[in-house]
Amino acid sequence: MNIIIPIKQVPETSNVKMDKETGTMIRDGVESVINPLDLYAIELGIQLKEIHGGKVTVCTMGPPSAQKALREAIAMGCDDGILITDRKFAGADTWATSYTLSEAIKNMGSFDLVLAGERATDGDTGQVGPGIAAWLNIPLATYVSHVDEVTNTHITVERLVEEGYQILKMPLPTLLTVVKEVSDPRLPTLRGKKKARATEIPVFSTENMNLNEGSLGLKGSPTKVVKIDYPKVTRGGKMVSANGEEGINAAIDELIKFLEEKELI
Amino acid sequence: MSYVWTIAEQSKGKLRGVSFELLSRGRKLADKMNTQLCSVLLGSNVSDEALQELIYRGADNVYFIDDPRLENFIVETHSNVLSDLIREYKPHTILAAATSSGRSLMPYVAIQVNTGLTADCTELDIEEGTKHLLQTRPAIGGNIMATIKTPNHDPQMATVRPKSSRPLPEDTGRVGKIIRLSLKDELVDNRVEMIGFRKDLEEFVNIEEAEVVVAGGKGMKKQENFGMLKELAKRFDGVVGASRDAVDRGWLPYPHQIGLSGKTISPKLYICAGISGSIQHLAGIKTSETIIAVNTDPDANIFQLADFGIIGNLFEVIPKLNQRLENYKKEGK
Repeated sequence: MNIIIPIKQVPETSNVKMDKETGTMIRDGVESVINPLDLYAIELGIQLKEIHGGKVTVCTMGPPSAQKALREAIAMGCDDGILITDRKFAGADTWATSYTLSEAIKNMGSFDLVLAGERATDGDTGQVGPGIAAWLNIPLATYVSHVDEVTNTHITVERLVEEGYQILKMPLPTLLTVVKEVSDPRLPTLRGKKKARATEIPVFSTENMNLNEGSLGLKGSPTKVVKIDYPKVTRGGKMVSANGEEGINAAIDELIKFLEEKELI
Repeated sequence: MSYVWTIAEQSKGKLRGVSFELLSRGRKLADKMNTQLCSVLLGSNVSDEALQELIYRGADNVYFIDDPRLENFIVETHSNVLSDLIREYKPHTILAAATSSGRSLMPYVAIQVNTGLTADCTELDIEEGTKHLLQTRPAIGGNIMATIKTPNHDPQMATVRPKSSRPLPEDTGRVGKIIRLSLKDELVDNRVEMIGFRKDLEEFVNIEEAEVVVAGGKGMKKQENFGMLKELAKRFDGVVGASRDAVDRGWLPYPHQIGLSGKTISPKLYICAGISGSIQHLAGIKTSETIIAVNTDPDANIFQLADFGIIGNLFEVIPKLNQRLENYKKEGK
């Protein structure tokens, strides 16, 4: 089973502090990591390979420094990494990104499965995975939380929807975007890290891919950002301390008054 | 014809609430452009009354493609049908819900009809002059609000965060047309087969569409303690959510998880206890209308977002609050 996993490098924000005045995050010295949701896709890919054989190729579109993310994925157990990088790719929206990634995937030879995280924690759109499926004209299941069965021709998955889990039998090749429930990502091993350092990472760019230049990067993106606002998210709400029997009662009195004012009770 | 379209959603023949939220968004845009608002529904076995409600709540026209093959959401078929309608009717703007189906359907359609798409918008407007759709969405964990437009492609498309707008009141005086269209066989994609549906959780929750969410985090200490949050949620007809920490500890299943690796929610009221407020969690609740937080640590991030914060021990505060609300219900004060 040949599996391709497009991943994204994002700012590491799990331990980031907030600016007390503005309520925005303090981004100084924030490191780059593999998008946390992509780790679930990577783990699933490695597990499927362990059971069914084949290989797992990770790829990422980004600056040359994004190869660090590819090496991390290889250290976890992926076989190959491909860096998709070119100045012309910069500033791509989800439409142009999914176009470029789908063309890169076409250049990777035959595959059975494309696995992606449901969304990236920075852009937070969840549109690139479905976009790749549409460009490749292969079936798509989003929000996949469980793989039930894999045969030579099909994969049966459960996708988490508003009312429960939809169970879909998908023909291969297919694209799945996965949520956290699908797997529990392993840590890289020492041996894996050694292998990752030694693995050669091929580079895909406009020079070795046959791309429509009008569909690339900022220029080729249908959507344009026209304005960025930094909203002050701090609400400056009312704060009360609830200490001791009386303190707690007083705090709850205040809260009841607040709920009444807001017409919430 | 440059109409505004909203994509209604149905489940087992019943319209889902987001269908009406989208109409209130769409109505504003259509009025601003002095054009008509159409609700597009792909489904099966939807009653005339339900279709009529779409008109009462803002639609001028309803396009209903009624076919058993559209009953379950299968992205390949649904996107073929929607793309075909777009090519035929050339709408100006299309709004869909940022739900599990909307967030799958629309990115697929955007590629098929070659246009841009903005995810999970919280504000929408029409630009004077150009009539471009101005699509505003939180990005980078809600730390920035980006306004995006699609200047050179049509239609203008966005998904809209559920619960970020209220449905219009039902106006039974409104008149509109219900147009039934049949499904073209060639648009049916049989590659994917839905073979079942599982709903085996004791209380399967749809936290994204709940009006009130009561959530607990690491500070809840153990699973049994969520009982008091369930009780509190029940008092508001709400549902129980959890931080990632609580889900990772197995206290509640993943569908309850709020934050960047779970659900992003915009309820009318969000109450949380024992959640300190990681950036990821805050990103998931930032657009809640009212936030109430209980935490022992006065410096917890969560208090910066709270409209009302109680610095105290949740194991003392929550049971007392439950008791107080019980009395309040009895005595009406």
